[in-house]
Amino acid sequence: MTEPLLRLDRISLSYSEIDVLQDISLDVLPGEFVSILGPSGAGKSTIFKLLTGAANAGSGEIQFAGKPLIATDRPFAFMPQRDALMPWRRIIDNTTLGLQVQGMRRKEARKRVAPLFKEFGLGGFEQHYPQALSGGMRQRAALLRTVVQDRPVLLLDEPFGALDALTRNQMQIWLEAMWLKHRWTIILITHDVREAVMLSDRIHLLSPRPARVERTIAVPLPRARFSHPTARAEAAAIETSILDFLLSPQIREPEGLLP
Amino acid sequence: MRGRMLRNHAFRALPALVAASSLLLAWEIYCRASGISETTLPAPSQVLLQAWLNREALWANTVPTLRATLLGFSLSLVLAFLLSMAIDFSALMRRALFPIFIASQTLPLVAIAPLVVLWFGFGLLPKILLVALVTFFPMLVALAEGYASTENEVEDLLASMGASRWKRFLLARLPSALPYFFAGLRISITYAVVAAIFAEYAGAAKGLGIYMLNAKNNFRPDLVLAAVLVSSLLTLLLFSATWAVQRLAAPWIDSTSGRRP
Repeated sequence: MTEPLLRLDRISLSYSEIDVLQDISLDVLPGEFVSILGPSGAGKSTIFKLLTGAANAGSGEIQFAGKPLIATDRPFAFMPQRDALMPWRRIIDNTTLGLQVQGMRRKEARKRVAPLFKEFGLGGFEQHYPQALSGGMRQRAALLRTVVQDRPVLLLDEPFGALDALTRNQMQIWLEAMWLKHRWTIILITHDVREAVMLSDRIHLLSPRPARVERTIAVPLPRARFSHPTARAEAAAIETSILDFLLSPQIREPEGLLP
Repeated sequence: MRGRMLRNHAFRALPALVAASSLLLAWEIYCRASGISETTLPAPSQVLLQAWLNREALWANTVPTLRATLLGFSLSLVLAFLLSMAIDFSALMRRALFPIFIASQTLPLVAIAPLVVLWFGFGLLPKILLVALVTFFPMLVALAEGYASTENEVEDLLASMGASRWKRFLLARLPSALPYFFAGLRISITYAVVAAIFAEYAGAAKGLGIYMLNAKNNFRPDLVLAAVLVSSLLTLLLFSATWAVQRLAAPWIDSTSGRRP
């Protein structure tokens, strides 16, 4: 059995006496595509804050590659909810941001990302400002900015949440294809059940706040799922069962209200 | 395309031109019809004629005013940048300095200008100081609010990349402040010329301010107004220059609407 690359062990966290995370335990295998699925406001983004060092757990332990996580090692590349592209930087300089922060010279950093523009569907837009790009292109640029940091794990926080339905679908198809090619280790935060099912190897289902891992669901469907003859129908069944579970009373009601 | 754009601009400027011309025309007609003395209210035509006849003297007095304006404004910009950074990096500095900055805005220029001249003489220095005093605060506020406008997600992103506070400032906070900086620049540049003239009014060897004072004392309101015309043109020129600088330094700012894209 493969050792998990990342393991969260009974993590709890509260902000000003409000419990946000309660005994969160989950793991991520190398090269795995994992989703954290939960209702809005459940504390999904807080898990990423713990990983990037923007917040500290009240109790519990995070292990990376078998050792306790040291925040300064930064094994994560983070893609925030909205694309967070800087309007004063051309697309190419937006994508090199992480490299520049690491101390790489601009010229060298540009040389490093330039060959990737075509693969990310951004060929010819290197010198444009982000304002000139469509929503889907902006997300791809943001993902390119995340990937070129060359970190072991990608953290994607609802990357397609702000896109229209059609563009979101195209982006999901594209992301799956990219992942099949590169086999990045990805943790995807989403509240979109279909997105989680179509993209993930495993889904960690979170309860409403305080968030616990209610269930971990394996999605053993063949890839590439969007073009596979049977995968879509099977995915729909899994989607329905997850929705049923999320809508069932013991999940919906806050603790203590039910007998 | 370009021809149509120019015509469009001309068309949009038309109401303003008609309104201004009507006012000037009414003024001209009143002066001629009422027979009011030229030493009380000169007609616009008289002002223009005198401005042309005295163009050399006006120009000789415009140069020192422009110099005082630009030097004072530069000093103000440097101070605003340094101090805005100080209060951005340190809450203690903010608490210590901000009340002083606000207090500096409560000083009445009428009372302060003669004192500054008394302390620093009739030379360039008191003008520079007064221009800086007047324009510093709007620039500081613009920069401070600009830094604060930085999107949280951009800061979180940089933090996740391991950027230091200084790098976050350089890569995110400073560029985020640029639209605010240029808005502040346009507001304070219009105060700058007025402040320079006021400083000269309180005492100077040369400059539009002292020119106006002398013309008034010689019962030449036509020359006062001619100098006013020059100072207005000067302000408009500097105001347009801020747009040009913005287009060069920050082409990504949507200059047609002034909002951030």
